[in-house]
Amino acid sequence: MSNESLYRKRAFKNRIAMVLSCAATLFGLLWLVWILLTTIIKGASALNLALFTEMTPPPGSAGGLANAFYGSALMSLIALLIGTPIGLAAGVWLAEFARHSKLGNTVRFINDILLSAPSIVLGLFVYTGVILPMSALSNHQIGFSAFAGSLALALLVIPVVVRTTDEMLQLQPSTMREAALALGVPQWKLTLQIVLRAAKAGVVTGVILALARITGETAPLLFTAFGNQFWSSNLLKPIASVPVVVFQYAMSPYDDWHSLAWAGALVLTLFVLMLSLLSRLILLRNRSH
Amino acid sequence: MNVLPAAPQTKIQVRDLEFYYNEQRSLKKINMDIPEKHVTAIIGPSGCGKSTLLRVFNRIYAMYPKQEARGQVLLNGENILDSHYSMNRLRSNVGMVFQKPVPFPMSIYDNIAYAVRHHEKLSRREMDERVEQALRGGALWDEVKDKLKQSAQSLSGGQQQRLCIARTIALRPQVLLLDEPTSALDPISTGRIEQLITELKEQFTVIIVTHNMQQAARCSDYTAFMFMGELIEHGDTDTIFTKPSKTQTEDYITGRFG
Repeated sequence: MSNESLYRKRAFKNRIAMVLSCAATLFGLLWLVWILLTTIIKGASALNLALFTEMTPPPGSAGGLANAFYGSALMSLIALLIGTPIGLAAGVWLAEFARHSKLGNTVRFINDILLSAPSIVLGLFVYTGVILPMSALSNHQIGFSAFAGSLALALLVIPVVVRTTDEMLQLQPSTMREAALALGVPQWKLTLQIVLRAAKAGVVTGVILALARITGETAPLLFTAFGNQFWSSNLLKPIASVPVVVFQYAMSPYDDWHSLAWAGALVLTLFVLMLSLLSRLILLRNRSH
Repeated sequence: MNVLPAAPQTKIQVRDLEFYYNEQRSLKKINMDIPEKHVTAIIGPSGCGKSTLLRVFNRIYAMYPKQEARGQVLLNGENILDSHYSMNRLRSNVGMVFQKPVPFPMSIYDNIAYAVRHHEKLSRREMDERVEQALRGGALWDEVKDKLKQSAQSLSGGQQQRLCIARTIALRPQVLLLDEPTSALDPISTGRIEQLITELKEQFTVIIVTHNMQQAARCSDYTAFMFMGELIEHGDTDTIFTKPSKTQTEDYITGRFG
């Protein structure tokens, strides 16, 4: 009898805990859905072909974000081109050659700090470390530049790629390394041709996640790439980027700028969403092998 | 004509071998002679040092910085522990197959060809022949000959292990080290590999570490019993299993401990 009441009490407690955790989940999801819905509704109404073909307009006239999309794509590409090889090399070194060494652990620790460093700090670093000296050297001809913006983004790419490469390589069984070494294959060869190949999906996912991370970054671009109303391909000149334009237009008092900002925000969101879906797909497909 | 079986030649001579993990001694003054083209089984309870001993024969332990072997291991009379003995030469002479099959993330063909390419320059035809030979030697050819381009990870565990044996013998080593090669496999695959081992000794000197005493009794010619880092007894398998001279050996074989 007393057992029966004990069970009933437990079932009741269980139900309360269940209701509370469901409520917490709903509460968290509510904001996410709200944010997404607002972005979609406000952004979709401003979505049109001109968005991708016309330049950022002065207030009061029609236009698009073509130069900002181009700037973002260009800087992200350069950032990946700079950051991926460095991150890969460092990750390989950490996992394969310095796994348990003091130096390796120190580098790993510093990389983790870099990973969570506020991105505005990286922007400031590039400003003082690259833009000011370049400006002084070029007699104030070169100031804010697309190149500096790419560097700031590359600083964000590196720690992400280092971390994922390191982790994905460490996941590979040491028996695979032993098996290759036992066949007389030297370590550099087995690292590049066997271990890295086995970890390929994870490493590629890391690069995609790094791209997703830098796509929405505004702070490191504010005082590096700055912004540009016009189409520019010159790496030594300021360049427009979607997050910065969204930031500027959203702060402005003009309605047409507001709707462009929403459209930019929507495209960014969809792009990042697509990237994270892509990375999941790669990992999933690899697991089913 | 009546030909008496000649006493087998010694392939590997172990002389006063000691092994240290982090300065802790785990092999104590091991001395043993391993005969050519026979199967030698190393048995003993967990932690007795049998895998450690095997891992000295191809110096695979050297990939870990805090492990060190002292003494001599002579392969064809040359000390492989000598720092002048080239790792490339050692590992193409002494192949090793591990407990868990680890196919490389590439096709079945490339799993075999990969290491061969590192050691030898072969034409395409020669390589094709070498791969077929190795897969036949590993008793796998008939099962995979139509899917050589497929990923090696699509094979079953037992097939993967035979692939690992095949890619090791593709280098034409003189010695084959097997570190509990069947402990991760089902009984049918185990049977196939045991049969394969008895075939392999016609070409190779085989040294097998095993947990499984029946396996040692079934497929080895000589057996070494190790305990707490020492070689307790070493002799032909029948003698070790029927009338061992040391009580520790007898206790282990009769299942009183271990």
